Amino acid sequence: MRSLSRLTTVGVLGAAALALLTGCLGSSDSGSGDQDANRNADAKKVELIFGSNSVKGGKSSAGATFISDVLIPKFVAEQKGKGVDVTVKFQGDGSDDEVYKQKLSLDLSNKSGPDLFQIDGIWVGEFAQANYIKPLTETVGEAAKVDDWDGWQQIPESVQALGSYNGKRYGVPGGTDGRVLYFNKKLFQQAGLPADWQPKSWDDIISAGQALKKLSGVTPIQINGGTAMGEATTMQGVLPLLVGTGATVNADGKWLGDTPQLRQVLDFYHQVYTTGLGDPVLQREAKGRDKSFAEFAANKIGILLESDYFWRSVVEPKEGVAKMADRDSAVGWALIPARQPGAGVNGQDFVSMSGGGATVINPNTKFPQQAWEFLQFMNSAEMVKESLAGAAKITQRSDVNSEVLKSDPMLSFVAEKVLPITQYRPGRAEYPKVSAALQQATADVVGGKSTEAAATAYEKAVETAAGGKDKVTTN
Amino acid sequence: MTSASAPARDGSPARGRAPARDVAGLGVGRALGFVAPALLLISAFLIFPALWTIYIGITNYRLTGVEAVSPSVVGLSNYTAALNDALFHNALWLTLLFVLGSAIIGQNILGFTLAWVMRRTRPAVRRTVEAVVLLAWILPGTVVAYLWVAFYDRDGGTLNALLGTPGTAWLIDYPMACLVVFNTWRGTAFSMMLYSSALQAVPPSQLESARMVGASGWQTLRDIVFPHIRGHVLTNTLLISLWTANDFSPFLLTKGGPNHESETVPVYIYNVALQGGELGYSSAISFLLLIANLLVSLVYLRLLRRRS
Repeated sequence: MRSLSRLTTVGVLGAAALALLTGCLGSSDSGSGDQDANRNADAKKVELIFGSNSVKGGKSSAGATFISDVLIPKFVAEQKGKGVDVTVKFQGDGSDDEVYKQKLSLDLSNKSGPDLFQIDGIWVGEFAQANYIKPLTETVGEAAKVDDWDGWQQIPESVQALGSYNGKRYGVPGGTDGRVLYFNKKLFQQAGLPADWQPKSWDDIISAGQALKKLSGVTPIQINGGTAMGEATTMQGVLPLLVGTGATVNADGKWLGDTPQLRQVLDFYHQVYTTGLGDPVLQREAKGRDKSFAEFAANKIGILLESDYFWRSVVEPKEGVAKMADRDSAVGWALIPARQPGAGVNGQDFVSMSGGGATVINPNTKFPQQAWEFLQFMNSAEMVKESLAGAAKITQRSDVNSEVLKSDPMLSFVAEKVLPITQYRPGRAEYPKVSAALQQATADVVGGKSTEAAATAYEKAVETAAGGKDKVTTN
Repeated sequence: MTSASAPARDGSPARGRAPARDVAGLGVGRALGFVAPALLLISAFLIFPALWTIYIGITNYRLTGVEAVSPSVVGLSNYTAALNDALFHNALWLTLLFVLGSAIIGQNILGFTLAWVMRRTRPAVRRTVEAVVLLAWILPGTVVAYLWVAFYDRDGGTLNALLGTPGTAWLIDYPMACLVVFNTWRGTAFSMMLYSSALQAVPPSQLESARMVGASGWQTLRDIVFPHIRGHVLTNTLLISLWTANDFSPFLLTKGGPNHESETVPVYIYNVALQGGELGYSSAISFLLLIANLLVSLVYLRLLRRRS
């Protein structure tokens, strides 16, 4: 009897604990859904925190400087004119994107975090599913107040998709980009390659690499691969190559499995990293991408696949993280060719991938109306233009683009030649796991595994990520 | 003192507990009052999180996505997934390697050797060596980890300068060996201090006798020193094994890379939980690690008890 009563006590305690735990788990949805969107709408003293994965003097320094030194003071002054005393704190971060996402997710799951924050477009879906963010119309309250903002007319629908999920706007996108092949003209000249190089197939890239290989101390080709590079591997490696085979990572609701196209991409990696055309060690280093930037700037890398970010923020002569004083004459760029002419997605000869982020409002903010005002102010033509600080950059606004891109031949090239042929990543919650599986597959190949073994392991990972074999394409 | 489980005088098992008042001479109520603060703290910071982890481990709870809002109980599928997870197997193997290499062999042997050698050195020398070795133990783990990252660095790293091997990426080419050396260096101070005090318990007269009869150094260690310090060896091995098995510093050196080659179980748990957002699955693996640690502890405790 005694042991029975002891068991009962343990059982009751266990059940109570589990009930408590269940309650805690289930509680994450409550508390934010039915808040009054007009709370504190008339407040005369307002405090907002703006979060961004950028930091002065570090990651995306120009963006952080603009937000803290220009945007915030101007917004504060504008609000002061309306008789509202606003304080906006900038919460900058200099982490890897994955780390920033973790921190933000933990904050938001705890009903805290900045009032407004910038996120990658591919996180919108999973953040929305987790109720970390809500459609702007819900957060702000009145649909008309959001939909009538004149800024939307200047943002192309494809770009608006960066801040949308299931057809609803969750945030205002902050510009887009495009990927090209950069090459070092000085090294090309030494290798006897043309200064106006434009490969028409993957074979042309390999041929150029073989010519560059003859130069001492030069890594001919840098295509991001492996897990250490994180999402950079997927965006600046696998996906641009994949669309060059005619496939996309998600088609008709199914994820790419072990297909001939995937194997073609892995074969390309195999060719580059097992024949001395690429540096496999660089792909495995935690700071490999940064090192590849430094090596390109030091004339040690011949060809590198990157977004226009590389041009305007990496090798940029004054503010870049790997400055090249002679950037304008030494750096060339070319469209990424399909595997063979016409073999790309939609039958294209050339392909690219684009990404971008959005600024969203924390549904738990104390000041939803003021946060929306800040968002509109931030994305006004005037502020978007100011954010460029005289430099050129592809912005979210067509009116600004047509004015500012004229002065920069590279960015004009992206806007005119790349964006019309580009593809965006699927904004689905499973994407990060599929992306991780793609990174692993390239890591396997760069590390010496066969294409077959890597592709087989990849498919298994994707089936788990997608939630079943029926959600994966194989042929 | 009457034991609660002592047999009755006629040899039959005791029928009931000893009177409650016999608990250390206190009433049960007062005794509970004394331990209540500790019980409360243990419940709040150990039992509750452990229960929480067990519960999360049977759900598909995630950091983001729809499962962050409405996770469902998935039974033991996280555990069966772990059994079929090649990366988890890899992490287990690497953790075992890490514990064996850096704790059981590295810290133990180096710590004991230093303590043994230093017995006979002059106090000034001993103090200096102790200070240097202790430095590794005093410095915050993060600082030590980054010092070793710099030491192993491919470009301008101290190790390459010492060996004349420029361009060797130690942390990438030999990640586990690097971690074993790092952890051996870092944890040796603790073993050395523990063995230094243990060696003081060895009777000098026995050592002197051994010397007089011409026993070799190994014979002296085996027949006189080890029997005296066996308990210390077991205790030390238990502690440093558990610390190493749970150590997260490999993340600071390699993040578990390259390509999972240094991804020990704690690092794998972190990567699964926060990089991958799989909180349910990572909780299940955490619980498996807890079980493994408990089993290891039980083996050591059994060995210790046998000795006593």
